[in-house]
Amino acid sequence: MSLDKATVARIATLARIEVPEDQLEPLARELSGILGWIEQLGEVDTSAVEPMRSVMDIRQDWRPDTVDAGDCQADILKNAPKAHDGFFVVPKVVE
Amino acid sequence: MTSDLTRLTLKAARDGLARKDFSAGELTRAHLAAMEKARGLNAFITETPEKAVAMAEAADRRLGTGEGGLLEGLPVAIKDLFCTQGIATTAASHILDGFVPPYESTVTARLWAQGAVCLGKTNLDEFAMGSSNITSHHGPVGNPWTRTGDSSQLVPGGSSGGSAAAVAGRMALAATGTDTGGSIRQPASFCGIAGIKPTYGRCSRWGTVAFASSLDQAGAFARTVEDCALFLQAMAGHDPKDSTSADLAVPDWSGRLSGRVKGLRIGLPKEYRVEGMPSEIERLWQQGADWLKAEGAEVVEISLPHTKYALPTYYIIAPAEASSNLARYDGMRFGLRVEGKNLAETYMKTRGLGFGDEVRRRILIGTYVLSAGYYDAYYLKAQKVRRRIAEDFTSAFKEVDAILTPTAPSAAFRIGEKMDDPVAMYLNDVFTVPSSLAGLPGMSVPAGLSADGLPLGLQVIGRAWDEQTVLDVSRAIEDAAGFATLPYGLEA
Repeated sequence: MSLDKATVARIATLARIEVPEDQLEPLARELSGILGWIEQLGEVDTSAVEPMRSVMDIRQDWRPDTVDAGDCQADILKNAPKAHDGFFVVPKVVE
Repeated sequence: MTSDLTRLTLKAARDGLARKDFSAGELTRAHLAAMEKARGLNAFITETPEKAVAMAEAADRRLGTGEGGLLEGLPVAIKDLFCTQGIATTAASHILDGFVPPYESTVTARLWAQGAVCLGKTNLDEFAMGSSNITSHHGPVGNPWTRTGDSSQLVPGGSSGGSAAAVAGRMALAATGTDTGGSIRQPASFCGIAGIKPTYGRCSRWGTVAFASSLDQAGAFARTVEDCALFLQAMAGHDPKDSTSADLAVPDWSGRLSGRVKGLRIGLPKEYRVEGMPSEIERLWQQGADWLKAEGAEVVEISLPHTKYALPTYYIIAPAEASSNLARYDGMRFGLRVEGKNLAETYMKTRGLGFGDEVRRRILIGTYVLSAGYYDAYYLKAQKVRRRIAEDFTSAFKEVDAILTPTAPSAAFRIGEKMDDPVAMYLNDVFTVPSSLAGLPGMSVPAGLSADGLPLGLQVIGRAWDEQTVLDVSRAIEDAAGFATLPYGLEA
């Protein structure tokens, strides 16, 4: 699979990463190289294989659906680039 | 005295503290001095000398009253991927600028509860993505080792390059690492120290910056197998805050460590004889097998037929999980924010500037393989091949008790080498990625030197939850190899 500039630009938008125009072409080459190398997986017959989603056969724990943490507004806001009056401040979403 | 204290093993330092040969304060100050002297290697992103001295003094008080945990008063380094309360945690990324966690990761909390002393946070590849520590926003790390007669700086391996350099450079007695596809074992091999990645689920991932959640596992670096066992024992254990952490008791690995391999069956996978592998690595591998045979183990050839598909599988699964995990870095709640005209542009600019080239490359690959129309062809396919790879190991472990391989296909290389082609860099992990995909414990132990004087490691892979056999086989190799060479400039 070979990726062109337009596809790389589309993926970058999906990933919300700004990529300067002059880097699209080199990135397309690199990503095509990696994807071309990955393509060899097509050789493996996986017709009767269940996808492996978890590597260990561990029973996942259940816990009561109760609040066991919280009351830490100040801690949560401590790292905010912008905060005001107990809230995160974000750029305007609705014009 | 000062330099002597940095030459001790973790175990010997522990015994020395118990005998009151020296204090935790003296031990810590000796290591802080060594860190300062070796600052040129750039092993640490953040040094925490005041905290270290205060923790050492508290440890001395506890030791004085006969209290004290498993690691009481022992100075260690923490990969800067573990969140540490009140200490900057960067993941070596620009995008976490200014982030100071208000909470402590489970692994580090366990270490402090056992009395360990925090020397600082070590450098790594950005978000643990890399095999050379070159992708760090805080600059590359130098390997304490250089080639004989050539002072060019070499990479320490990656991603846990700073931790490996700190332990090899006698700046810390032990250090935490994380291993997603080889990030403990390959740097341990490059730096001539021991490093273990336990079974997936042994150590809690809570509070560790996530890269690929189905693969990430914390582990230990130290200069001996016994020290790794001791340190890992303090790190591991069930944590209700990580639903993938196993509810199993942590064995007394260091107490039970025997190094006995008599009667064990050791497998050498024929698919690991890869084309272009240097003959000195092939010879060392055979030497390792001979050592184990001499100690009474039976060595047999085994087959792991899907080995060649492990790397391409990994480079679908790990970037896919990374692209999801790294979606949280949006500039809104913590870390870097680069203002744009509106919310969408702020996201784009923050992430465009905040992520380095390799992280960006992997997020883009991950986004692509998860995108509509490609999910089945790439991601689902990779999950199926992953099961095939895991089944190879399951079959092999019906025949053998442990698997012996080289850790990496080369010794440490120069900073700047292998940089042009991402796939060439990925090949560093050809021997470590398959067992990562299967979630199995693996350890690298220093076994010899290359022709140009650099350390080479051998890898021991074990059954799930059987770290004990991995440690015992590694100990047998360690004893036989008698690896005692020190990095250039640190010779006695």
